[in-house]
Formats: sequence, structure tokens, C-alpha cells
Amino acid sequence: MSDHEYVPKSKFGKWFNDRLPLLSLASHLTDYPTPKNLNYWWTFGGILTFCLITQIVTGLTLAMHYIAHADLAFESVEHIMRDVNYGWLIRYIHANGASMFFLAVYIHIFRSLFYGSYKSPREIIWIIGIMIYLLMMAAAFMGYVLPWGQMSFWGATVITNLFSAIPLVGVGIVEWLWGGYSVDNPTLTRFFTLHYLIPFLILGLVVLHIWALHVPGNNNPIGIDVKKPSKDTVPFHPYIVIKDAFALLMFMIVFAFFVFYSPNILGHADNYIEANPMVTPAHIVPEWYLLPFYAILRSVPDKLMGVVAMLSAILILAALPWLDTSKIRSAVFRPLYKQFYWILVVDVLILGYVGAMPAEGLYLLVARVATAYYFIHFLIILPILGFKEKTIPLPLTITEPVLGGFPDPIAVKKNESLN
Amino acid sequence: MSEKKIERREFLFTASYAVGAVGVGAVVWPLVDQMNPDASVKALASTEVDVSTLEPGKAITVLWRGKPVFIKRRTTEEIAEARSVKMEDLKDPQKDEDRVKDPEWLVMVGVCTHLGCVPLNDKGDYNGWFCPCHGSHYDTSGRIRKGPAPTNMEVPKYEFVNSNTIKIG
Repeated sequence: MSDHEYVPKSKFGKWFNDRLPLLSLASHLTDYPTPKNLNYWWTFGGILTFCLITQIVTGLTLAMHYIAHADLAFESVEHIMRDVNYGWLIRYIHANGASMFFLAVYIHIFRSLFYGSYKSPREIIWIIGIMIYLLMMAAAFMGYVLPWGQMSFWGATVITNLFSAIPLVGVGIVEWLWGGYSVDNPTLTRFFTLHYLIPFLILGLVVLHIWALHVPGNNNPIGIDVKKPSKDTVPFHPYIVIKDAFALLMFMIVFAFFVFYSPNILGHADNYIEANPMVTPAHIVPEWYLLPFYAILRSVPDKLMGVVAMLSAILILAALPWLDTSKIRSAVFRPLYKQFYWILVVDVLILGYVGAMPAEGLYLLVARVATAYYFIHFLIILPILGFKEKTIPLPLTITEPVLGGFPDPIAVKKNESLN
Repeated sequence: MSEKKIERREFLFTASYAVGAVGVGAVVWPLVDQMNPDASVKALASTEVDVSTLEPGKAITVLWRGKPVFIKRRTTEEIAEARSVKMEDLKDPQKDEDRVKDPEWLVMVGVCTHLGCVPLNDKGDYNGWFCPCHGSHYDTSGRIRKGPAPTNMEVPKYEFVNSNTIKIG
């Protein structure tokens, strides 16, 4: 927080700000001291805000033409694609926007994992982030049901049936979710309602996420605490604004490539067949961003335990600030963690790949090994590593490695003697 | 005197909370219960099916409560196969005799008990059904034999109205 008291220059500004301090808030956001060594991995917060706003705006406009009814939904989506002015564009932006949103959020999450952004004093920022991620998955899943194609219908059937694994009350819960004895019109209408609601819940959590961020300030690639404001920081505007804007432009090129050149590459052809409760598609696959968790679900041969494993894989992230016992934040100074980090990245990519393949033979074996490793990483490797690892000494300030070269053995020695 | 006053006040607080909790519950329950299956869904509870044209060894699928129901006219070999299985080989032990009213007619909800897909007829390692979603194999009695599904395919309530008609539900 910039602690200096902001006083608007104009008389009206002062009058207004005394009654509602919006101008003070704007001043805080503009002057907000930011570590000067933030790299491009730090631009994804801004990119994600753009993604959320894009989804809300395109979603609102699609909702003006979409009809949430089992008999009309599929046709209304085709109507949007063929008849509505620029309907194809808005729908393709919305559909691919979901994928872009997840692409950005995965980069954002893995950036946190690499630089230890989840550690004290930023645990609450991290946990709010996990809540946003869970809501994103719920919104994406329900949104995928709305076109009422074969993948919509059967994806909804499989995912809602996960709840039937709960002993005793499972079936009751599933029928309550469905509003019937199978996925049908009541399910569609409530999914539409919730799909409309969740983005605004996410928006609220994003405000809390940023609020919590502005209390300790940004982490940075070196992961040391930074005095604010100091020669280690720059004001948010214009430095970070310009950098974020440039990164956003690059991101929009990728986004536009999907929308204009391969709008259906991330979807499934089966979803252009209208939902049919009598026929299951030969191969049900969720959207790519859910594949790692789908692989974990399928790698456990027991129904209840499979569901438990899948949910644990997500919820374990919320406990990460306490599972990682190392006091050093950035992987730059953790030679062993850095290697385990990249193994985890590869492990998650493998899970994503086998999640898209049939659950049999070698794929199943690979999925089981990768699932086991995923949990071993968080539950065994991280807690032990914090005690065993010999870390590289930290510089005292951000400026030190920049001016003195990095790693600077003299500066490091000086630090050690200072410590 | 003052002690008595505190007691009285605590009683009032507790009573207020209790009344408040009942009030909140009374408001929340309709909001939750509106999501349960409604009267029009429940009204569609039974379906009558004409099975006179079904040849032995063939199966049809009909829609009941939005779910597919398999009606299979089994051959004598299929019946024999279903009845020769040892109970200890079954994940969800159930005699074939307990799953049918007339051994020739197998009626069951065609929904995989794993995650709700529709299994394919005449497929899988046990000549019964095979679920393409996550690889569950069912035998000629619709019992789970291999794969992640926990239980046998469900047998709905049904009756033979006459020799040609089955009423499900």
C-alpha cells in the first residue's frame, strides 16, 4: 500500500473523495509499488482479468439469443452460428475463450509454484485463487452442457454421476442435481442459471484476490521481501501497465489464431450431434483443461476412491503453503526443488495425455504411475525437501544481483558475513 | 438479582437464535427442494412396451424416466451361461433367478452403474454388455464382471401385462 495520504487537486475532486474515496483508490492502484524485476510470467494476472471480462461480455450477448430448453437449445446454438449477426464470432470467442482462460490460469498457477508465490504471507491470495480455479471448472463444465450436443449430454451425465459415489445419500443428491431421473430439461435450465451466476462470483473473488495481493505486494522472481517503495520498486503505472498491455497483445494473437483459423480444434465433433439419451458416444473425453484430473479419476479401479482421488488432487493445492516447508520462495535458489518442479510439470502433461486416451493397457499403467507421483510430489517430496535441501544464499535486494551480476560470489560472501 | 438478569437475557438470546434458525430453515428448504424431481417428472413414471416382435437373442432399448431400459429375449445358451456362474466370481453377488421374472426376458435399466453411460449390447468379455466410457464388462444377466462399475445393472419394477406387453415402472 502507498501509505501517503492522497489529496485530489480540484475542489470538486476533494468534495467527492471525502464522501466516497474512489480517487484515493485510483491513486493507490496507479502508484502501487511493484518489484522492478517482474518478468513476463507475471503478466498473466492482467491477461486473466481480460479473459474474465471477455467471457462475461460474450456470454451476455450469447444469452440474448440462446434458449435453455432441451428441445430448442441445440437449434438455438445453430441459429446463433448461422443467423445472428456476428453470432459465429461471438460464440467462437466465447468457446475458445474458455480454453484461453484455462491456458492462462495454468501458466499463472505454475508461475506461483516455481517462484513460491503461495508462501507466507500470501497464503490467502493463493487459497482464493484455488477457489476461483474451482469455480472456473464448474462454469466451464456447465457451459459445455448448454449447446445440448452429445458430448454436452454425456459429459453432464458422467460428471453428475460422480456424486452417486457418495455412500447412502449419493443417488438422492444426483436426482436433486438433475431434477429428475436422468440429465434432462430441468438439468439444462439450472445449469444455464448457474453458468450465468458463477462468472460474477468469480469477479467478486478476483477483487478479493487483488485486495489480498495489495496488502503484502507482489512476490518477484528472486522471492525476497522488498521494501516499498524503494529503489527495488517501480510504480504500477506506467511501467507494469505497459508491460501487461504488450503481453496481452501477444496473448490476443494466439487467441485470435484459434478463433479465426481453427475455432473447432479444441472441441469435439460429437458435440455437433444433438443430445441423444439412448446412445453414448464411443469415446467420452472432457475438454482438454480437465484431462489430468480425468486421468486421475480413471486410474483408480474403485468408483468412490476414484472420485476421492480426483477431488484430492485439486484440494491438495489449497494445503500447499503448509506442505512446502522451505522458507525460500523462489526455485532460483532451490536447486533440487527446481528439478522436482519440472518433473511435476512433465507429470501433469503426461496425465493430460493419458486422460485423452482409452483407459486400458499401457495407458492405464502410465496413468497410475503418474497419479501416484502427483501425490508423492505434494505429500512426501515437498515436506522433506524443505528440511534437506541446501539452498543458494539469497541476495539482500533486487538491485544487488542486477548491478553486481548474478550469481555474484562476492556479494553472496558479503551477505553471508552480514548474516 | 443481577445474576438472575443474566440468566433471563441468555435465555432470550438462545430462544431468539433457535426461532431464527427455524425461520432460516423454513426459508431455505423450499429453495433447496424446488430442485428435486417435480410432479410432472414423477407423473411419467411408467411405460408399456409391446415385445411381440422380439426374436430370441435380440434386445430392444426403450426410454423410461429419461433413461434407456434394455429388454432382452435371451436364448437358452445365454440363460444357461448366466445361471452357471459361481457366486464367488461376482463382484456384486446376485443369482440370475433373482434378476428375472421369466428367464427368457431380461429387463434392466441400461445405465452403467459406474458413471451413467449406456453400455453396448453383445460386447465385452462375458457376451453381455460393455460400457465404452470406462470399460465395465457385464454378463448375460447384466451383472458386473470386470471394470470400475460397483454394482450390477439395476432391475426396475416391471410386470407382464399380457404375453405381449411389459409394463415398466
